[in-house]
Amino acid sequence: MKPTNGWSAALAACLFLLLPVAQAADDGSDTPIWGKVRTLLVGDRPVIEDTTGSVLEIDAPVRAEDAAVVPVSVRTKQLPGGAYVSKVHLVIDENPSPIGGTFTFTPLAGRADIETRVRIEAYSWVRAIAETSDGKVYVARRFVKASGGCSAPAGKDMEEALARLGKMKFKVEEGSVGQPSVAQLMISHPNSSGLAMDQMTRLFVPPHFVRRVEVTFGGEPVMTADVDFSISENPNFRFYVLPAKEGELKAVVVDSKDLRFESSVAIKPGLRGS
Amino acid sequence: MLSVAAVGVQALEALQVRQVAPGVFLFQGEVAEQDARNLGAISNLGFIVGSRCVAVIDTGGSPAVGAALRASIRSRTDLPVCYVINTHVHPDHILGNQAFIDDKPVFVGHARLPAALAARSSHYLAAAERLMGEAGKGLQPVPPSRTVAVEDELDLGGRTLKLRAWPTAHTDNDLTVLDEATGTLFAGDLLFVGHLPVVDGKILGWIKVGAALAAMDVQRIVPGHGDAGEAWREAFAKQGNYLQGLVDQTRSALKAGKTLSQTVSEVGPGDATGWALVDLFHRRNVTSAFAELEWEE
Repeated sequence: MKPTNGWSAALAACLFLLLPVAQAADDGSDTPIWGKVRTLLVGDRPVIEDTTGSVLEIDAPVRAEDAAVVPVSVRTKQLPGGAYVSKVHLVIDENPSPIGGTFTFTPLAGRADIETRVRIEAYSWVRAIAETSDGKVYVARRFVKASGGCSAPAGKDMEEALARLGKMKFKVEEGSVGQPSVAQLMISHPNSSGLAMDQMTRLFVPPHFVRRVEVTFGGEPVMTADVDFSISENPNFRFYVLPAKEGELKAVVVDSKDLRFESSVAIKPGLRGS
Repeated sequence: MLSVAAVGVQALEALQVRQVAPGVFLFQGEVAEQDARNLGAISNLGFIVGSRCVAVIDTGGSPAVGAALRASIRSRTDLPVCYVINTHVHPDHILGNQAFIDDKPVFVGHARLPAALAARSSHYLAAAERLMGEAGKGLQPVPPSRTVAVEDELDLGGRTLKLRAWPTAHTDNDLTVLDEATGTLFAGDLLFVGHLPVVDGKILGWIKVGAALAAMDVQRIVPGHGDAGEAWREAFAKQGNYLQGLVDQTRSALKAGKTLSQTVSEVGPGDATGWALVDLFHRRNVTSAFAELEWEE
């Protein structure tokens, strides 16, 4: 609602001051689901709305072109005073499981950026929540419109996804020495929800999804993702890594049936950027 | 077309169909997105009349459209509807099935259709409500009672329909229907005319299947959307060029290390003359192509 005169503007300003920052939004983003999820994730800690991208930005298409594969990227900024973003939560309000993932980063990542693809059920707010190493919480959000009627957040070729189960592609792009490099991890997996039960056919896709990804460098944690079926079929993650020496970047993936898949890539920082 | 004000199933007028070959009738859907005005009468629907009974090929995007198709059948023959064939899982082809339940037909689909319906129908029903309002409420998916893994034949009395289940192409459950008596092939959405082709299964698979269909020795092909008339081979060529262009551009983007978002904003549709809904579906097609081709070695 827009104030129509000076008096209501002043009143609105007063009301604004009375409200916690995270509830100040007047664009329909303050959904009941978000209220619950926020409490679950960060308790009653204050949540700072980052509308200027000073700590984090989230990017997602205005319209989910394909409900099954919606690219979402979260970019974070360097913080003053040595603090860094240590955790990023991805929330999709209208999904059956709104917390799509929690990504935990160590300084070995260099930056707490994450890019992935998600399923989006309907018109929904998509949010990234950043927790910093000094205990602050920031949120950025985007509204994503639903796709057309024939698009569904389900698999495209379910048999093939299963036949290729656990196959991984893991690569690190060459970068310059001392700068974080982009790593990309692709996991062939149906990542199915198990929610698609059809009462008439009695057929359903049993739940089978990647629940955890642990990326380490020389045995030390870099990035850990706790995720679920809000992530698209064949989960795909782009993130950063900042290795100071030669070593092995390793990804261990565990799914909801406790199947475990591994992949690793050798990193030789001395040769990079040459 | 449909009687728009009254969405009640009984209130609908019969769909206007034309006879494309002896005993083969076609309703040509509007090329549009499903909404409360068209009620999902946006795809091509057909029926074929034998001496014993009638086979229906696709039923439209709502029970209202299915009922209007049924009314059209009833105005032409008293023979029972013995088969309702679905060419694939998409809601604009299958959500009218409900209107035929009382006829107790055999519902026929690709062997992978039940799994696809199970995984998708709740989303399709939600989308139907979102896109069509009241008319989209209370819908139920009707799965096939007979499935086709490779090939099958249906006898309508005096004429045989040859069914073929294809490997993943437009979707992972595409089924074509050939009326041998007249050489009429219902291709479902393996062919789009006047409507941007929409990739939901596998773009490489679709290019292959499209080439196989274009080479078939038949009299005419009925696409899932639009009308190619005599020029169905040209329509396949145009569709194939678009799909191959998408593949080539997406492969280049992958080779250059582009991300999905970058690729979606950079890859253009090329020559889309004569196709509607490019804005609605092209970016989706790039998304789908990228997610498929990034797994190539």
